[in-house]
Parts: sequence; C-alpha cells; structure tokens
Amino acid sequence: MPAVEIPKEKYGGKVREITLGATPAQGGTRAKTVTVGGEAALPFMHFEGAIPHPPVIAVEVQSRVPADWSPVLMDAWKEVANDPARWAQAAEKLGVDVILLKLCATQADGSPNTAANAVQVTKAVLQATGLPVMVFGPGQAELDNELLVAVAEATKGERLVLGICEDKNYRTIVAAALANDHLVNSRTPMDVNLSKQLVILIHDMGLPLERILMDPTTGALGYGIEYGYSVMERLRLAALQGDGMTQQPMLVTPGEEAWRVKESKVGTDVPAMWGDWAERAIHWETVTASALLETGANIVVMRHPEAIKRVQAMIAKLMAK
Amino acid sequence: MALTGLQIYKLLPQTNCKQCGFPTCLAFAMKLAAKQAELAACPYVSEASKAQLEAAAQPPVRLITVATGDRKAQAGNEIVLFRHEKTFYNRAPIFVRVKDTDADLAATAKTINEFAVDYVGIKLMIDGLAIENASGDAGKFAAAVEAVRGATNFPLILIAKDVAAFEAALAKANGATPMLYAADASNWQAMAAVAKKFKAPLAVKADGLDALATLTEQIKGAGVEDLVLDPGARDFLGTLTLATQIRRLAIKKNFRALGYPIITFPGEGAGSAGEEPSLAAQQIGKYAGFVVLDTFTPASAYALLVLRQNIYTDPQKPIQVQPGLYEINNPKPESPVLVTTNFSITYFSISNEVEGAGLPAWLLVADAEGMSVLTAWAAGKFDADRIAKAVKTTGVEGKISNKRLVLPGAVAVLMGEVEEALAGWKIEVGPREAVDVPAFLKFKA
Repeated sequence: MPAVEIPKEKYGGKVREITLGATPAQGGTRAKTVTVGGEAALPFMHFEGAIPHPPVIAVEVQSRVPADWSPVLMDAWKEVANDPARWAQAAEKLGVDVILLKLCATQADGSPNTAANAVQVTKAVLQATGLPVMVFGPGQAELDNELLVAVAEATKGERLVLGICEDKNYRTIVAAALANDHLVNSRTPMDVNLSKQLVILIHDMGLPLERILMDPTTGALGYGIEYGYSVMERLRLAALQGDGMTQQPMLVTPGEEAWRVKESKVGTDVPAMWGDWAERAIHWETVTASALLETGANIVVMRHPEAIKRVQAMIAKLMAK
Repeated sequence: MALTGLQIYKLLPQTNCKQCGFPTCLAFAMKLAAKQAELAACPYVSEASKAQLEAAAQPPVRLITVATGDRKAQAGNEIVLFRHEKTFYNRAPIFVRVKDTDADLAATAKTINEFAVDYVGIKLMIDGLAIENASGDAGKFAAAVEAVRGATNFPLILIAKDVAAFEAALAKANGATPMLYAADASNWQAMAAVAKKFKAPLAVKADGLDALATLTEQIKGAGVEDLVLDPGARDFLGTLTLATQIRRLAIKKNFRALGYPIITFPGEGAGSAGEEPSLAAQQIGKYAGFVVLDTFTPASAYALLVLRQNIYTDPQKPIQVQPGLYEINNPKPESPVLVTTNFSITYFSISNEVEGAGLPAWLLVADAEGMSVLTAWAAGKFDADRIAKAVKTTGVEGKISNKRLVLPGAVAVLMGEVEEALAGWKIEVGPREAVDVPAFLKFKA
C-alpha cells in the first residue's frame, strides 16, 4: 500500500494578531505584552498552518470580595479576595498571562461602585502586576459607561481591554477606548452573524480591528456549551476561509459560566452520584475551558487555581511541536 | 461518500418508467440522495449500478458494536467533521479499565455499573469495562472475565497480548461479544483468526497512519471487517492530530482503510490523574470512538458524560426538558409561579438565576416543543392556551395559596389572553432576560 496522503486544508485567511498591554516604551507601564491570534489553521493543527501564539489564560479578579462565589472557589482565594491588588499578584504567581479585573456593581460596604473607586482599584491592580489587564464593568449599561470611561481616561496608553461591549451598549466604551489607546471586548449572544455585525459596528466607529476582541459567549458544560462550541467552530472556519470580520481572536469566560451552575456552586442536597464537590467543580471549569480551547478560543477567562494549572498543562502540550 | 442526485441518476436506467412511484428517474435519484427512497423500488437497475450505489451508501466510518446481551456500546457511522454540519451520531462509548490482578473485580464492576446520573431527564452511565490481562496468565484472565460477567451485563473490551488468553477469556464471556485489543504487525494473523472465530470486533494498533492502513487492509483481507483503530499516540497533540487526520481521510477522501472508529486511552497520555479528564474531554470532542478511562470517579465521569451528551446533541433538535412543575429552593404555597418553555437552555437560564439567588419559586414549564420563549411564541407553540393547559395539567393550583403567575417579559403581549384563560389568577409580566429575574422577584416580594 502506498503511503497515506494526509489531507491538508488550504486556507486563504488567518486570525488577526492582537497585542494586549503596552510597555513603558510603548506608552504604558506593563512589564510585558501578550499577543494572541495569528493562526492560519484550526486549533493546534500545526501540520497544516502556522500557529504563532498559544492561547492564553486570564484570571478573574473582582473589585470587591465576591458575594456569591462558591465556597470551593473562595477557599482558593480567601487570603487575597478582599484586596484586588494582592489578588492580582497571587494570580500572576500562577504563571498566567493576563489579569481580568471585574468591576462589581457595589463596593465591599454595599454602597454603589463609583468612578473614583473603579479608577483607584484599577490603578492598584496595574501597580501590583506587570501583566496586561482587562477591565470589565458590572454589566449594567449606565454604570458600565460611568466606570469604564473614568478608568479608560485614567489609564491612557495602557492598552487595556475594556468590556463588555454589547449590541445595546458599545458606543461610549468604544469611544473611551479610541481616545485613550485601549482595546475592547465585543460580546454577542452565541450567533455567528451577530458576532460579525458588532465587530463591524465597532470598527465603523474608527477603532482598528487590531484592537477588537470577539466574545461569542459560552455556556457552561451541561448548560448550553454546545451552542457556543459550534458558533466558535463556525466563526473560526469563516475566519480561515477569509471572512475578514470574523478574524478577531476569540475571548470566552468558562470560569464565570462554570462556577455559576449548581454542579460547582452547591455541595449539599445534590445527588450522591455527582461525586466529590470540589473535584466536580474543578472538573466542570477545566472541561468547559478545555472544550472551548479546542474550538479556537484565544483567551479563556478562568477562576480556580487548580483548573488553571490543568489547562496550562494542556495548552503547553498542545503547543509543543 | 454519499453520492449526489445527479451522480445517482447516471447509474439509473434513465427510462422514466415511473414504476418506482416517482415521475422521472431524476426525481427518484434526488429522493435516493436525500435518503427518502430505497433503491429496491427500481426494478430495472443493473447489478453493476446496484453494487456501486451500495458501496457508496456505506458509511465513511464503519459502525462497530460491542455487545453483551441487549446492552450495546456503539461507535462509528459518523458523516461530518463538525457537529454544526449535521450532527455526530453515536456517542463515543466510555469504558473503564480494570486489571485481572485487581482484588474483587466483581465488586468494582458492580460499583461502576451502579453509577448513574440524571441530566435533563436522560440517564447517563458508563458504557462498559475494559479488562486487561495484566497477570499475563490466561487462567486468571478468564476468571476475571467470568467475575465481571457474573456481576454485570457491561459490554467488554478485552486487552491481552496473546491469543491463548483471548481464547480462554472468550470461553467465559457467556454470550458477550467483546472487542479484542489489539492486533499489531507481529500477531495480526492469529488475532484475526480468533476475532473471526468469535465474530468479535478487533482493535488494530500501529504507530502512524501508513502502518495502520497497511495493517487494516491485511486484516480485512483475512476476513475481519469490524475493526477499531489505535494509531499509537497517547498525548494531547498526537491524539488530536492523528484523530483529525483519520476522520478527514474517512469523510473527505472516503479512505476505507481508515474508515473505522478510534479507540483512546487518555490515562496513558495524562501526566497526572487530574489531567486524564481533560485529555478524555478533547478526545470526546475530536473524534474518539471508544474512550477507555483508567480512573473512575463519579465527579469526573459525570463531567465527561455530560460533555459527550452536549457534543452529540443534534444541533437541529435542541435538548428539551420534561414539561411540568419544577420546585426551586423548596417553594411555599405563597411563592410565585414563573412560567417558561421547555427548551433546555431557557429552563436552565431561569432555574439557575432563581436558584442561585436563593429565592423560592415554582417554575412551570409549558410544552413548547423545545423552543425558546420568543421562537415558540412566534411559532404559536407558547400561547395562552398552552400556558393554561400547563397550569391545569400540573396541578399547581392545588399546591399554592397565591394565584400569581409571572410571564416572561418577551411575551408581555400574551397578558390579556392569559388573564382570560386563567380566571382568578393575577398575571404579571416579568423581565425579558433571565438574569433580571432575581431582582424582579426581590422587588415584588
């Protein structure tokens, strides 16, 4: 029998390269920058196209001690959870690439979050870590705009990723990113065309495509992951086939999704067959993140140190040529 | 590789005799291509054409069945590379490996067999056991198989190096048809003979695709066609690359020599026990047929079985939850009743938000044929009649004291009709998005 001829796909397109963070020489204060994207093949298919940068893990740090996190998760971060700067430092020690600072709707004392507090927390985190930082608002349009505009202005030149831009609320955030040399995260609800459309709208405001991450939204394992999974596969195939507005690197938040579901959140009054709580919860986040990396995620935002370690090991092995 | 209607037409008599029940041969060909007609309906098709059409109709990945009595573990019959292109069909069976040197195999087998979790009304279980002849002793191997067979009706994979061990074990298989693992370049003649004798599927192991394709052709030549592939690699990148190449060759090139399901052993490629589920997860998504785990814990089995269920869900047939009345956080008679549709993601969105917020509520799930709220409303599957029917058939009225029903905000327009259909109920319009439901309930409390 003649040698088997390996079928290789010939793609005309590739994913756009995007760099997060800026060093002092580039107008920021980061010790290092992180570049994602650039791949000309499906995830880890080194045999048919260049994959210049590995996917990266961002650790989620909250602006105040989280009120509704699973005890399993709080156990891991309890020493630092009331101090975002120390939390970011602890996260950096895990060897991750990016810090995501989530600005909560309230401050630790229960009062509403303010622009001044958001700026102060962001600056403290920037000082505590040399990694590129992403800053996401609480997800309420008015408050998001208020906090993020102030943060954007106070950190001009840092090339932060500001989020979340959604179809109903992106103009103010994009304008703030545009004026202050930041990037944005464009989030749409699990749909190829909506993903593309919001990237176009943001780009139409004048923000270069090299500053737009695409967040197609995911569901947790067991809670709709298959929708996000297929949308991501379709987006990535479209990108490789040359559809320019789908070529943004993809960011997804498996940590937030996986830790929201009962399997991770609850340890009592659940079926005995679900097994050990902590083990199950860590698997839930790990498997959710692993599955999304196989579909083309460039940045996965995660929460638990053990899940992060496992996904780091997986990425290292998949990128070792 | 499936033929197009036109390709099929060229193989038909082209006489438009209509005896097949269709007006023209072309119309019949189109129906054949869409798998809505049987070739047998054509009385005049030539034997040569028939053979060609039957060969083309064979699935690019052969269906392999490992059975014990009525209980089957099946892999293969896949026709696409990405689930969005159609669907993945045969959920990769998940096996757990035990060794004939393990103490109390029967008890282990029973424990694994008793593992079952309920996922949206679907019972998820481990599919079978792989028994390895770690002792090297044929008698011990046979005893192990006998013990497992006595304890469960698990489908089996038998792992051994020599034919004598297989012969001894198969004699004790008691009606089961296990998979035999594995034939390689050094022993394939003898392995093929024993597989043929017992009509058992045979795993074939070689390093790399060239050697593997050569070996499967040789074994097929010896009369064994139910084969399973082990291309050698164990690590993340190796298994991903080879499994992708094998699946592509089978589906895009109709390459018969590799048109079989793949077997994986994620425990052998994992750097630690914690890594095995991640590697297994990769393999479930990317083209494994049979997955053999070395470590069984309920927590990891649950996660992997759910992932498999998700990946193999037909994208065109969303997972539905059973319509009915669901209790969240032990609701009391005065707790509110929320109504929604039986699309699983809709159900999960609502139940997660309410449950996560610790609020007691009754969640009334109406039969909307598995559609989300707006889609179902637009299709006429979620209207006042269906909501009233859900209220009546679930008996919710007998459980509550406060007849207060919250409609999804997206169907606020139904309010008047629902009020008419449900006399005595106070109908409220809730938020459009699930995420806003807890705030709404707290505000209304």
